[in-house]
Amino acid sequence: MSDQDVAPVPERDLGEISSPHHHETVAPGVPVRDVTDGGPEMVQFLDADGKRVSRGNCEPYEPILEGLDPETMRSLYRDLVLVRRVDAEGHALQRQGELGLWPSLLGQEAAQVGAGRAMSTQDYAFPGYREHGVAWCKGVPPLNLLGMFRGVNHGGWDSNANNFHLYTIVIGNQMLHATGYAMGVQRDGAVGTGDPSRDTAVMAFTGDGGTAQGDYNEALVFASVAHAPVVFFVQNNQWAISEPNERQFRVPPYQRAKGFGFPGVRVDGNDVLAVYAVTKHALDEARSGQGPTLIEAFTYRMGAHTTSDDPTKYRVSAEVDLWREKDPIKRMRSHLEREGIADPAFFDGIDAEADALAAEIRTGCQNMPDPELPTMFDKVYAEQHPVIDRERAELIAYHAGFEEGN
Amino acid sequence: MAGQKLTLAKGLNAGLRAAMEKDAKVVLMGEDIGKLGGVFRITEGLQKDFGEERVIDTPLAEAGILGTAVGLALRGYRPVVEIQFDGFIYPAFDQIISQVSKMHSRSLGYLKVPMVIRVPFGGGIGAVEHHSESNEAYFAHTAGLRVVSCSNPEDAYWMIQQAIECDDPVMFYEPKRRYHERAEVEIDDAAGAPRGLHEAQVLREGTDVTLIAYGPMVKTCMEAAGAAADEGRSLEVIDLRSLSPLDLDTVTASAEKTGRVVVVHEASTFLGMGAEIAAEIQQKCFYHLEAPVLRVGGYNIPYPPSRFEEEFLPNLDRVLDGVDKALAY
Repeated sequence: MSDQDVAPVPERDLGEISSPHHHETVAPGVPVRDVTDGGPEMVQFLDADGKRVSRGNCEPYEPILEGLDPETMRSLYRDLVLVRRVDAEGHALQRQGELGLWPSLLGQEAAQVGAGRAMSTQDYAFPGYREHGVAWCKGVPPLNLLGMFRGVNHGGWDSNANNFHLYTIVIGNQMLHATGYAMGVQRDGAVGTGDPSRDTAVMAFTGDGGTAQGDYNEALVFASVAHAPVVFFVQNNQWAISEPNERQFRVPPYQRAKGFGFPGVRVDGNDVLAVYAVTKHALDEARSGQGPTLIEAFTYRMGAHTTSDDPTKYRVSAEVDLWREKDPIKRMRSHLEREGIADPAFFDGIDAEADALAAEIRTGCQNMPDPELPTMFDKVYAEQHPVIDRERAELIAYHAGFEEGN
Repeated sequence: MAGQKLTLAKGLNAGLRAAMEKDAKVVLMGEDIGKLGGVFRITEGLQKDFGEERVIDTPLAEAGILGTAVGLALRGYRPVVEIQFDGFIYPAFDQIISQVSKMHSRSLGYLKVPMVIRVPFGGGIGAVEHHSESNEAYFAHTAGLRVVSCSNPEDAYWMIQQAIECDDPVMFYEPKRRYHERAEVEIDDAAGAPRGLHEAQVLREGTDVTLIAYGPMVKTCMEAAGAAADEGRSLEVIDLRSLSPLDLDTVTASAEKTGRVVVVHEASTFLGMGAEIAAEIQQKCFYHLEAPVLRVGGYNIPYPPSRFEEEFLPNLDRVLDGVDKALAY
């Protein structure tokens, strides 16, 4: 059989669900996806130049945007800059040998700050391991995040201090934790009371790769069936390590939500205003008892997967260049300047604050002590356990033997 | 429930009911546990009395059940999860190993996930594939989990309550083939549980050989000890009750007394509970042993079709054969 005899794979009629990828044919049989175009449904309030626009299905979110005062706009910009600086410092500390690994959020600042800032104090976040920006917005001290990457602990912060759960490394596990937590919120009667200090929502964070996991899909089923107050926030940064969207799904995450029985929204993940408004809307709905929402923040991972990764092996630099034009900080700054909301002194002040924060993180990391040896046996169990007690004693005795010169 | 005839299934049901009455944060989760009362009827009547919010019929997805149980526990609830059959736990293995067992330590003690994972286990009921497995060793191998197994109605009643009260996650193995066997039970709620969750119990005292078993094999070993007595042999029988941690004091005291030990379980012997128990006994009781610690267990094959299971599972004759071998040294 010659090549000409091979019938092309027919496009299947999927009804209202559209094909996720834009098949621009550059050569016969070679579809190329335009990874910078989120499609006509994507909600956007700031274009790449920082101009105020109303694109996509943005109507429900306009009132939230109209309610933002200049002070809030400036503080969103401040968070974007500080979060990028925290991330850059983490990356530098890894290169200097102070951290074993660092997963960079570069490019995803608007997605994370928009989502994090939309949360109320009582709302609970369940992150993956790249959500440094959400952590920042929830008030988690950046140094807390460094411990696990330095190898002094596996997280170890008090999640309940800021309602920000420990980082979860196994992709997708946390989606179910968030759903279960939201089921607990329902049982506590903390949904739909109308009391803004009581009603609580939960946010679950993962990426495009995470949407392939069983846990992710089971979480959406459980949340839907329970009508749980949870918002699933998928940062589609286009790359799951080396695998592009085409290797993870044929229907994009926001469209799949409908199949689970709740709304899905695609938002420009590099537009902090759009992400803020869409997330705020979804959280308000969850708190008022209207059930889950899935938000797909369409963004881009500008850096490597982690400091151990080499993206030059699997993606072209032209793609990265295209996304650099959509930079979330540049566009918010342009907007503030264009609207006269911030002056040069403000921007200089934020840059100085970022310098100070970076210095603080650097010093804090370098001074982070190694854990005391016997503490690795602590807190394995909440209640007394004979094996743990015996092994701790044996290790202490073993080391004491050296000290006595035996 | 003084002096009444109670099945192990009813003991569990009554224990769950008592725990739910005592603590409003106790919630039950599982497949078909509501109106049906579970495929073994362990939760019968509980949804009717405690409501759908506390006795949750979940979607049919084990990872989902365990993952949401973690979330509920983080919110302050005490989930009791029913895995329908031993062989269906594997979709939840990741959540149990990666999250349930490690949550307390990785949070440096800030977080607790108190939960009980109930697993009807073992064979002997002529079931189809995946319904007769003994996978307790996977979980006993994992730090952060506690693993126990009840063998009789009284333990079922008390141990399930103790497991629920425990602040650590507990794997609770229930011998499904013993669910509906009856026993006279004196339950004195005022006096409380007769022994701790992690204490082994010497069920029958003897001097020649110690038999160590748990769950479904306890009854088999007691019958073997009775048969051996008719032949003039004095067997001691220990119901281990707790697989992690092990009550080594009770085990080694008996091993030192008899000098001969046979460990009996349905699970395959390779790296099964018997391997760990034998290692501990030879290390702690080396100079007291008259024979190597022997194991009688399932063969090291996948659980066979049920027409084979009488040969696969240890029975009275195979236990006594193990006793003969121990005495031959």
